[in-house]
Amino acid sequence: MSPLLRVSGLRKAYGDKVVLRDLDLDVEPHDVVCLIGASGSGKSTLLRCLNLLETTDDGTIEFAGEDITDPRVDARAVRSRMGLVFQAYNLFPHMTVLDNLTLAPRKVHGLSRADAESRARDLLDRFGLGDKAAEHPDRLSGGQQQRAALARALVTDPSLVLLDEVTSALDPELVGEVLDIVRDLAQGGMTMVLATHEMAFAREVASRVCFLDGGVILEQGPPEQIFAAPAHERTGQFLRRVR
Amino acid sequence: MTEAWTPSDRQLERLRTRRRLDRRSSLVATTTTVVVVALLVLGLVSSPGWPRVRETFLSWPDARAAFPPIAEAFWLNVRMFLVAEPLILLVGMLVAVARGTTAAALFPVRALAVVYTDLFRGLPTLLVVFLVCFGLPALQLQGIPTSLFWLGVLALVLCYGAYVAEVFRSGIDSVHPSQVASAQALGLSHGQSLRFVVLPQAVRRVVPPLLNDFVSLQKDTALVASVGLVEALRQAQVYSSYNFDFTSYLVAGAFFVALTVPLARVTDWLARRSARRERAGAR
Repeated sequence: MSPLLRVSGLRKAYGDKVVLRDLDLDVEPHDVVCLIGASGSGKSTLLRCLNLLETTDDGTIEFAGEDITDPRVDARAVRSRMGLVFQAYNLFPHMTVLDNLTLAPRKVHGLSRADAESRARDLLDRFGLGDKAAEHPDRLSGGQQQRAALARALVTDPSLVLLDEVTSALDPELVGEVLDIVRDLAQGGMTMVLATHEMAFAREVASRVCFLDGGVILEQGPPEQIFAAPAHERTGQFLRRVR
Repeated sequence: MTEAWTPSDRQLERLRTRRRLDRRSSLVATTTTVVVVALLVLGLVSSPGWPRVRETFLSWPDARAAFPPIAEAFWLNVRMFLVAEPLILLVGMLVAVARGTTAAALFPVRALAVVYTDLFRGLPTLLVVFLVCFGLPALQLQGIPTSLFWLGVLALVLCYGAYVAEVFRSGIDSVHPSQVASAQALGLSHGQSLRFVVLPQAVRRVVPPLLNDFVSLQKDTALVASVGLVEALRQAQVYSSYNFDFTSYLVAGAFFVALTVPLARVTDWLARRSARRERAGAR
């Protein structure tokens, strides 16, 4: 079976600054791939490239067998099958939480308002936000906002979810409630690629950990291996620094 | 620092595809533009009155003859605009800031600011021009200018000051309260927060609507024609009534457009520059 996502030889530069160079990554269905690495190592850029928010400079990204870096590809159609959650939540402040969730199902996937709302409410209940549906995002705590953002990314049933440091903007006591949800998703078999600074969490949920350094995946493998016996000197240095 | 990198064949093919798609887009854009323009021209020249309109509105000799006097008269419009605009910005800013004051003793200032904006945004500009140019001198007060130029400028400043004050106020309101909070947390006074933190952000945000008012002001300098000042529009009217030809109006119109278009481009450029600076990370 071919992987759900196959990245090969990916290159991305901003002017002279090369952020990703010749990067390869395979993601099988139900994989939970954790991207770790220092700030500026290219984790976020990789996720943005996967979601076609950035134009790549070389290499290919195959998603469900289709080369999505082809200029003729319909980026909107690709994105509608992927979920992306940002570090800063990026909820729409002028809409209620419920409307944030139902926007894409109704406008992109053509669901009726009733169908979209019932799916949205199911997810909000599952994420412990059942009583917040009618609130505007600004009234919610950071953890609640990020859970709502996760729900918004999941309500369209994406086959791949990308999480870009979803706990980095949160207070330590709110990190747990968001990670609990990510853990549930992982156990439920959701395919995910997540950039994270939470090493303990990566160790727990990841089926594979990728250490990014200088725009390449320097080392990847099962978490036990990466965390206990990193093969590369730089991986060891990084892990000692963040621990 | 560039490093050696040769694009792969796949990437080269992709670039070719992208170029092909780009070419196709420009072809489509050109085609639709040509079609639309052709239809417009066709509709115009096939109208029943076209020969007559062409004669009375598009006469080249008349355009050349009307050009020098209108150009000279247009200089008056430009002068009025150049003098009025800074004053309007000043009045608008003062009124906007006055409405934002909180001190109890300043209540009359706030009330005055509200009454001013309500009144002068509501009055037709032409009516204000009449009131100021004919009414003010009739009061025979000491120190009131008697030149129509300055009275005209005053009328425009009164009207546009009210509009611009509201534009500034909406800009001030749009700056997030957390910005004021962090300024105050640094120990800045209310006035200092306003001066160094809120206003710079507010002004940048309202540049496009401000430009809109500038352009409108440039056109409204023609309103002083109604009280007897010979500016571009009035001069065009004079020419047309002596020569029974309306081409002079188009000439005057061309002057106004020629002044506003460069201003619009400058503002676009300013907006792009500030977007690059302040939203660099938020692609």
